[in-house]
Amino acid sequence: MSVFLAKRITTLVITLMLTTVVIFVVLEILPGDPASIMLGINAEADTLAALRAELGLDRPVHIRYIRWILDLLQGNLGTSLTYDVPVSELIAERIAISLPLALMAIILSTVIAIPLGIIAASHHNRPLDFFVMGFSQLGIAIPNFWFALLLIIFFSIMLKWVPAGGFAGWDAGMWPSLMSLFLPSIALALPQSAILARVTRSSLLDVLKEDYIRTARAKGVSQRRALWGHALRNALIPVVTIMGLQFSFLLAGAIIIENVFYLPGLGRLIFQAIAQRDLIVVKNMVLILAVTVVVINFVVDLLYAVIDPRLRGGENG
Amino acid sequence: MARRLVEIFTHGLKNRSFVIGGIITLLFFLIALLSYVWTPHAIENISIANKLKLPGSVYWLGTDHFGRDIFSMLIVGARNSVIVAFVAIGIGLGFGVPLGLIAAARKGWVDEFIMRFNDFTFAFPSIISAIMITAILGPGAVNSIIAIGIFNIPVFARVSRGAAQSVWKREFILAARSSGKGAFKISLEHVLPNIFSMLIVQTTIQFALGILAEAGLSYLGLGTQPPAPSWGKMLNEAQTFLYLAPQLAIYPGVAIVLTVLGLNLFGDGLRDVLDPKLRRSR
Amino acid sequence: MTLLNIQNLTVTIDTVHGPINIIEQIDLSMAAGAKLGIVGESGCGKSITALAIIGLLPDKSSLSGKILLNGENLLAFTPEEMCRVRGNRVAMIFQEPMTALNPVQTIGNQIAESLILHLKLGKKDIRDRVRQLMENVGLPVRRFPLDLYPHQLSGGQRQRVMIAMAIACEPDLLIADEPTTALDVTVQEQILDLILDLVDQSGMGLIMISHDLGVIAQTTETVVVMYTGNLFETGPTVEVFKHMAHPYTDGLFSAIPRPGISLNSKRDRLYTIPGQVPEIHLRPEGCSFADRCHRALDPCRTQAPPVVDMGKNHVAWCFNPLDRN
Repeated sequence: MSVFLAKRITTLVITLMLTTVVIFVVLEILPGDPASIMLGINAEADTLAALRAELGLDRPVHIRYIRWILDLLQGNLGTSLTYDVPVSELIAERIAISLPLALMAIILSTVIAIPLGIIAASHHNRPLDFFVMGFSQLGIAIPNFWFALLLIIFFSIMLKWVPAGGFAGWDAGMWPSLMSLFLPSIALALPQSAILARVTRSSLLDVLKEDYIRTARAKGVSQRRALWGHALRNALIPVVTIMGLQFSFLLAGAIIIENVFYLPGLGRLIFQAIAQRDLIVVKNMVLILAVTVVVINFVVDLLYAVIDPRLRGGENG
Repeated sequence: MARRLVEIFTHGLKNRSFVIGGIITLLFFLIALLSYVWTPHAIENISIANKLKLPGSVYWLGTDHFGRDIFSMLIVGARNSVIVAFVAIGIGLGFGVPLGLIAAARKGWVDEFIMRFNDFTFAFPSIISAIMITAILGPGAVNSIIAIGIFNIPVFARVSRGAAQSVWKREFILAARSSGKGAFKISLEHVLPNIFSMLIVQTTIQFALGILAEAGLSYLGLGTQPPAPSWGKMLNEAQTFLYLAPQLAIYPGVAIVLTVLGLNLFGDGLRDVLDPKLRRSR
Repeated sequence: MTLLNIQNLTVTIDTVHGPINIIEQIDLSMAAGAKLGIVGESGCGKSITALAIIGLLPDKSSLSGKILLNGENLLAFTPEEMCRVRGNRVAMIFQEPMTALNPVQTIGNQIAESLILHLKLGKKDIRDRVRQLMENVGLPVRRFPLDLYPHQLSGGQRQRVMIAMAIACEPDLLIADEPTTALDVTVQEQILDLILDLVDQSGMGLIMISHDLGVIAQTTETVVVMYTGNLFETGPTVEVFKHMAHPYTDGLFSAIPRPGISLNSKRDRLYTIPGQVPEIHLRPEGCSFADRCHRALDPCRTQAPPVVDMGKNHVAWCFNPLDRN
């Protein structure tokens, strides 16, 4: 067990380091002179010089890299050029929107998809199965931002139930805030649930064909109990992995959705930073996103070992 | 080879997904090609007087806020989607397949290294790569091609590695190795032809995903820039007119959905036909 | 008294070629505590017969006839009633021990499951009983604690767990479908001995299904020879093996490689029955073995072969059976 853990943690650290190197190279080295990018071609020479000095661009590359990492580890993510506010503050503000959004989307998609997948598998080749498969095909094909627009047309414009965008702020009240997040989380959840439903279904169907299900039936276990008691746990193992892998897509989706709905979250922050050429924000935000994905994948890996005893080691046979 | 193609085709005709998906996909490509020689109206024709017209005999799907013919813009947008997705797949195949083959052939630490590299690349969905590239280079279609292409690499690497690994275990490979053939030649002559069908299937999937990604990037303004029409950009512009003319948002979306659906169905049908052993719980 | 009485059983399966009878009108019976063997090549219907008894045929199949367990027709049972029969009055062990156990459940839980399902016992009683069962199958609890997972056991050990699961509720009938085929030769002996011991001690009936004549010889008192879903020969094992009547049975025996000199010139080379087992949807008219049989006569190709009584409860379905020599 500890060997397993040690291996995984080493991989995690290496991947994280690689990530930082890549981001650093792409966003600080490749552009040549980050300062002129940030300030634009019309910038004056002394403004440029001042910025360069402030960013420490005159120092050698590896020093800058180490400086950056050290700052990161201390929680210093630099100061935004546009807002003149520490990036960490900006993130803290925006995460109050992005995190609930992501959580709502994850919960929604799991609650919809897994039962749908189970229903499809237990009604294999009957109408309900085809219905779920059709839903899944459609859900995968619909771009989530288009779905968002459709939702806006229907729920905001025609029915006027929810606002079409923007975010009132948590101080304005729990309910209005949640309502603002309602459509966005549905839009985010759609492609995820389509994929998850499909994966759940095929995983369950595969497991139901396994020998040990037949053994269970031979003991007198009923078909229903075999599905819920034996098949499901085995079937959910790959599903959990997929959910974890889907996380990076969730992040990507969140960036788009926040822009569709004008939600002042992390996605919108990054986006505006690009428009404003605020490389400091972009660099650190991308890092945060990438690190989150890597860490989540790591956690999923560990989870996998918890659910599947075969991975914990101690094999005989 | 030709006989195999005919065989695949005849088998395919019996498969519903293959047929429906195939027709849609074919239509899509034909329309995209058609756009090079003919569009009902020139898309550069801006005519404010004709703006926001509803579908009719002159403008088949109506016009947008600049008076441009929506139908023409859609078919030129199809061309754009094809090119971006296509080149991105080229990148994915070109780098990903060799990586996967090498990983399967060498095993050991080379395999580990390539797998870690894969995992790491998975942390950068196209959006994030596109963001990074745009931040330095500025927006453009090339950016979306690179960003989508970069994300295709680990997908193809993983698929080819997995498929190659099961080919390596087969006995005829053992025979080739004991006759002294090197790993490189074996990969080229034996492994690659045997993973071909898996790669084809994955290509259709990635093509569909590429179209979706391209649409997302151009919606955000990171990808194809005006005046080149793209479905994503059309949706972005339509959003401003959501209250006035919601239909502007419908057409490009339907185009995307139909194309992606068609490609996915075709891919599913193709998978069934090419390798019944792959046919899992359908 | 008769434990099992199969009457005129036909199993039909829906295939791409239309409905096919994979078992055709077979009759079988065995007394309580008896040991019956079913032998034949792959695809002859032995496993299907077993699955029909225990009620686990695939969905696309239909059955006709009767399967009487202690006088009750199992084919008339509802699914709930069958669930109470399985694992309780009839138990089955399967061929592939490596995949037959649930990988995410401990072996203790898996053995306990049938006890929980069928017997109303308290937790402590169940635990004691599981420990006892493990001892009985040769897996002492000291070396094999109940919280082990299947992947921590070898093939032979997993098969023992399966046997423990099967006999947990002391069934009247134990069906063993090729229980040793997937195991190493040395382990095979141990498992067969274990099964025989358990069967003898408890007085339960045993149906041993195998394509291996050696296994049949070792473990059964009566034997049934099947081919393409039909019965070809039945009788006491010793009788059938010494004085086989059906040419197919003769062919099966001739195909066993053996060292030393044989009296029959036909057996100097490694003998194989010529031809191939016909595909399930291409079964010929008359006796399905006719075109491979060196004793075939004209009526064999057109009419169903008659029952021929060879004496001493030994019976063959053949137009031209071998004499008792």
